[in-house]
Amino acid sequence: MAAINRDDVAHLARLAHIEMSAQELDRMAGELAVIVDSVKSVSEAAGDDVPATSHPIPLTNVFREDVVGHTFSAEQALSGAPDSDDNRFKVPAILDEA
Amino acid sequence: MSEQNTTAEGLIRLSAADLAEKLRAGEVTAVEVTQAHLDRIAAVDGGERGVNAYLHVNAEEALAVAAEVDAIRAAGGAEAEALHYLAGVPIAVKDLIVTVGQPTTAGSKILEGWHSPYDATVVERLRAARMPILGKTNLDEFAMGSSTEHSAYGPTRNPWDLDRIPGGSGGGSAAAVAAFEAPLALGTDTGGSIRQPGAVTGTVGVKPTYGSVSRYGAIAMASSLDQIGPVTRTVLDSALLHQVIGGHDPRDSTSLPEPLADLVAAAKTGNVEGLRIGIIKELHGEGYQAGVENRFNESLQLLKEAGAEIVEVSCPNFQYALGAYYLIMPSEASSNLAKFDGVRYGLRVLPEEGPMTIERVMGATRAAGFGDEVKRRIILGTYALSAGYYDAYYGSAQKVRTLVQRDFEAAFAKADVLISPTAPTTAFRLGEKLDDPLAMYLNDVATIPANLAGVPGLSLPGGLADEDGLPVGIQLLAPAREDARLYRVGAVLESLLEAKWGGPLLAQAPDLAAAQALEAQEAK
Repeated sequence: MAAINRDDVAHLARLAHIEMSAQELDRMAGELAVIVDSVKSVSEAAGDDVPATSHPIPLTNVFREDVVGHTFSAEQALSGAPDSDDNRFKVPAILDEA
Repeated sequence: MSEQNTTAEGLIRLSAADLAEKLRAGEVTAVEVTQAHLDRIAAVDGGERGVNAYLHVNAEEALAVAAEVDAIRAAGGAEAEALHYLAGVPIAVKDLIVTVGQPTTAGSKILEGWHSPYDATVVERLRAARMPILGKTNLDEFAMGSSTEHSAYGPTRNPWDLDRIPGGSGGGSAAAVAAFEAPLALGTDTGGSIRQPGAVTGTVGVKPTYGSVSRYGAIAMASSLDQIGPVTRTVLDSALLHQVIGGHDPRDSTSLPEPLADLVAAAKTGNVEGLRIGIIKELHGEGYQAGVENRFNESLQLLKEAGAEIVEVSCPNFQYALGAYYLIMPSEASSNLAKFDGVRYGLRVLPEEGPMTIERVMGATRAAGFGDEVKRRIILGTYALSAGYYDAYYGSAQKVRTLVQRDFEAAFAKADVLISPTAPTTAFRLGEKLDDPLAMYLNDVATIPANLAGVPGLSLPGGLADEDGLPVGIQLLAPAREDARLYRVGAVLESLLEAKWGGPLLAQAPDLAAAQALEAQEAK
């Protein structure tokens, strides 16, 4: 299995929307390399015949009646928003200025 | 004795069950009990050398709820009769669980000052039982850590030694209960965050069967592993609290449909005769501190003398559990934490230069709002889920989960309950493992398998380690939906150990107020 390097971390940080300084990338790459190395035995533990478990106690078809339950008012929903306008969340430009 | 117990100093040392009895008998009022705990918080929690168990103290509301209970009880009649057994017994809530009327931070700067518009289901149930909520307790940011040092609001200190960690992520809840700043608390356990703090602070902590306590309103770290549970000083108190918060909740789609068993009755069973108790070969011995091993063996001996049959079981795939956990947990966390984007709640940070797009605002917000450990786990999870690595990492880890479940099934065919030390060591020093994430992760080696398999676990005090005089935790594990067995065995072991010690383990803890006063004097 491939080791994780500084370029990988920079790419992952972009995917995860976390800005990182050059120093932070250096440090994080070193730390993550050690952690990734320590977990690599996991990929050799189970054969192809072992099914994956995504939930410890599986429940199937959890439905509810199709009726309106508790809902939040716009004021409640927006109460923690950093910015809002006209009963909506307000965000900076979605597209680049260009 | 009884007179002494109704002084403020006496009240804070009583168990929740004893407080409930005194309240019902009219020997004390709920306001007196609540005020005694608020006074204790004021005395030992703040300042440079304070315990720092609380991030927020909810004095006004707690006293108002207590006064309501006292008024109902004084009026008598049907409403007084209908009061919950624990009505008027105060409780602290881990700050990962959302509450109306108090801030919820998850220990993170990204949620500083945020107020939830709704209560978690467990909080609704505390309110229905009229239990005054004393405040919100400290934790590692988003419950990621084993020491509470990753809190954005400073570490919590261990009441047994103020230079040591109280465990994590629920160090605040455990320390609050150990320092008599609350008789009860709620925690959450994703890989040991209730049980390991319990172990290192000499308190009791329970991770219920996955799905048996609603997760609605617990800010999710790893949804397939997270579970809310009780943090207390006695096994019976955990059973009482578990009964308050447990049971089906339609708002959590992973909530088990069946009602809880009678856990309080289980805690009062009083015998372990004929029960088969399995020692897990892989969860003791090498890598475990000698003093931990000694206390563990002592508990085994006591259970054997009480008529339990001690058997040995092997769970060979537990060697992969820690690795699988550190792939599954960050993968789920990276997805769950994507919602903290500077749009709907919490912090928004604008980039200092360049184009002001939403993507750059998210990048700047998450860079400023998340601490190092959270960033590490988000990056690790993003890596484990990325194309080309998914099968090797996340897929393999989910297969290990199946192997761990099979190990448990085989073990529970031979034993009714399994036993191990809760953590490999006693409390380490603040700062000792902060620069070595992997060393920190190893602390969870004995608690993680239960989360992967969804089975319940309980940690109770097993005594003090010979070499450092610090608390050691004993972990009991039962099959899924058999939480009652933990309370039955836990209560028996607790009474055998307390008979040996001549009282609760926490009676041997140093006098916190005196220790702090001495330190303050020395500092001058």
